[in-house]
Amino acid sequence: MPKLIKGDRIIDNDWQFIPADFSDELPQGKLLVPLARWLESRDAPGEGRELAPWIDSDDDVEAVAEEILGAPLIAVNFPMFTDGRGFSTARLLRERYRYRGELRAVGYVIQDQLFYLKRCGFDAFDLREGTNLEAALGSLQTFTVTYQAATDNPQPLFRNR
Amino acid sequence: MYQYDAIDHQLIRQRVAQFRDQTRRYLDGEITDQEFLPLRLQNGLYIQRLAPMLRIAVPYGMLSSAQLHRLAHITRTYDKGYAHVTTRQNLQLNWPNLEDVPDILAELAEVQMHAIQTSGNCIRNVTSDQFAGIAPDEIEDPRPWCEIVRQWSTFHPEFAFLPRKFKIAISGSDQDRAAIQVHDIGLQLVKNTEGETGFVVYVGGGLGRTPIIGSVIRDFLPWQHLLTYLEAILRVYNRFGRRDNKFKARIKIIVKAWTPEVFAERVEDEWQHLKDSPSTLTLEEVERTKQFFTLPAYKDFDAAEADRQLAVAQADNLAFTRWLQRNVMPHRVPGYAAVTLSLKPTGVAPGDVTADQLDAIAVLADKYSFGEVRATHSQNIVMADVEKARLLELWQEAKPLGFATPNIGTLTDMICCPGGDYCSLANAKSIPVAEAIQRRFDDLDYLYDLGDLTLNISGCMNACGHHHVGNIGILGVDKKGEEFYQIQLGGSSDRDSRLGSVLGPSFDQDDVPDVVEQLLSVYVDNRRGDEQFSDTFSRIGLDPFKERVYAKAH
Repeated sequence: MPKLIKGDRIIDNDWQFIPADFSDELPQGKLLVPLARWLESRDAPGEGRELAPWIDSDDDVEAVAEEILGAPLIAVNFPMFTDGRGFSTARLLRERYRYRGELRAVGYVIQDQLFYLKRCGFDAFDLREGTNLEAALGSLQTFTVTYQAATDNPQPLFRNR
Repeated sequence: MYQYDAIDHQLIRQRVAQFRDQTRRYLDGEITDQEFLPLRLQNGLYIQRLAPMLRIAVPYGMLSSAQLHRLAHITRTYDKGYAHVTTRQNLQLNWPNLEDVPDILAELAEVQMHAIQTSGNCIRNVTSDQFAGIAPDEIEDPRPWCEIVRQWSTFHPEFAFLPRKFKIAISGSDQDRAAIQVHDIGLQLVKNTEGETGFVVYVGGGLGRTPIIGSVIRDFLPWQHLLTYLEAILRVYNRFGRRDNKFKARIKIIVKAWTPEVFAERVEDEWQHLKDSPSTLTLEEVERTKQFFTLPAYKDFDAAEADRQLAVAQADNLAFTRWLQRNVMPHRVPGYAAVTLSLKPTGVAPGDVTADQLDAIAVLADKYSFGEVRATHSQNIVMADVEKARLLELWQEAKPLGFATPNIGTLTDMICCPGGDYCSLANAKSIPVAEAIQRRFDDLDYLYDLGDLTLNISGCMNACGHHHVGNIGILGVDKKGEEFYQIQLGGSSDRDSRLGSVLGPSFDQDDVPDVVEQLLSVYVDNRRGDEQFSDTFSRIGLDPFKERVYAKAH
């Protein structure tokens, strides 16, 4: 079973990622499907399937936010680790739409982004293949102080200085 | 200037540890080149033509003597004994070893310095006016606001992977000396009719391939809302800025595509969600920050007496008088003046300083200017608080150190990027062109007669030398592997910023000084009274310049 970081622990990843161009019949099990497919199929996922959406970096989260809040988890895809739109998507889901469920970073996400991802409200991290997860855990604690407010701490430093 | 507390120190030490670990993992092959690229860039580290280049942040240009001594030590220990002042008030080392960079950062951290976000697609070092806090025309000191923005933007978790780099500049004076209209965001401090502080917000200015003057998207942003409004702009840009084409990814492209009005509406909509959140600035925080930028212990001087003594010192001393005219600026406190140390003597790459000079600047700063100096966007060093009665003494000390070239604001005080001698992006060399021009125009009487004139040189269209906003702009271009130089006229980066117009076909390197001479002769022949070059250009336009230059060339 592949692994991922959830909170500050390494756990089994029991959700299978279904890419956007997947055209065959869906397998059984827990599936992360593209947002559009999830919107279509969420009410009839089919026998033996549980579905959750992944949002791509160019999906408009504001247009669908109210509909996806009830999903078992929401994944945000990073097609490239340098595509920073997912950071804003996460903050919107957490801060504007008050999403409280699991928010998972998937796709091309690297260890050195963990701290920022966590600050923006992600609590699950499916890092790019080949990452040493034990070593990566430390990157969640790169900094013990921060200047600005974010999802993890709505109070900027200056209010407590 | 701002002083770190335990929290600032902790953050910066943790950054050093982070980059040390990243460098180790990169050298061990655990991080790919592609992944290391943005990580090292966000620490100011480029891989250049000949060696890595490390860009050290100098927040809004402020440097203490202790920092200068440390920088001198670093250039001696880890580099070739010199550094380069950039057009964004930062400092660059041209020859460090990648393996040494974590140690360099650790040395910097000890004197409250770093290289955070000096490159990469993130919010860069905030720049400002080199005369902040002392300029007679100042509305309010911009530096506390720069520091507040610096802290907000440092390791901002949402905006570390923007579509492209992002530059913010703040001006507190009526006369804009920070070129705010050619920044991604330009903030002009103003007071409303009730005397309250706020900002005019410009967005979408920038040079590079597509030079654009910024648009005002808000006439008056009350100071309390500075950070939430910036956050709204950045979020709109992060989400909707183009990422499909590196050359269309700056915020200016989307502002232009949407129109400034539509962009302003989108920001306003976003801001409604962020306004009045805990990131709204408090009076306590502003006061806390302002206390770091209080006035030094000025002595009481009789202004008239100080001026009288200065006049005596000038008597029969033409060289000193010239230096006073060009390198000494007025100060809001009677009996004081600001002095610009010129880093533009002929024969030295504009903005270069040796380790010995860095130490010497520190010594001068301690002796004459309360231990602080400012790096300027025109690549010089300002000593902001010098007693007028000691100007003669300072001038005499500065001369043998190579800082007293009396050319500030003249043709030979040119802005120039490192160009093809160092930079892997450049199409052409820029330093030899600057030197050829300086050698041609070494007659001070002629330079003074020409008056205030900016000549800016960039080695490629990325425009680090700000050629679009020079009265005369020179751009290195590559044609089938050969280096040529295109000339633009009429640019300006002050309050009424304007982009230059292309004169015509480009020139060989050897012809550039002749062409500049012809352009200047057109100005001298056409000027009325004490008109400056840019005024004459505005009045007569491009054609007379074109006619003379190309008539002679062909």
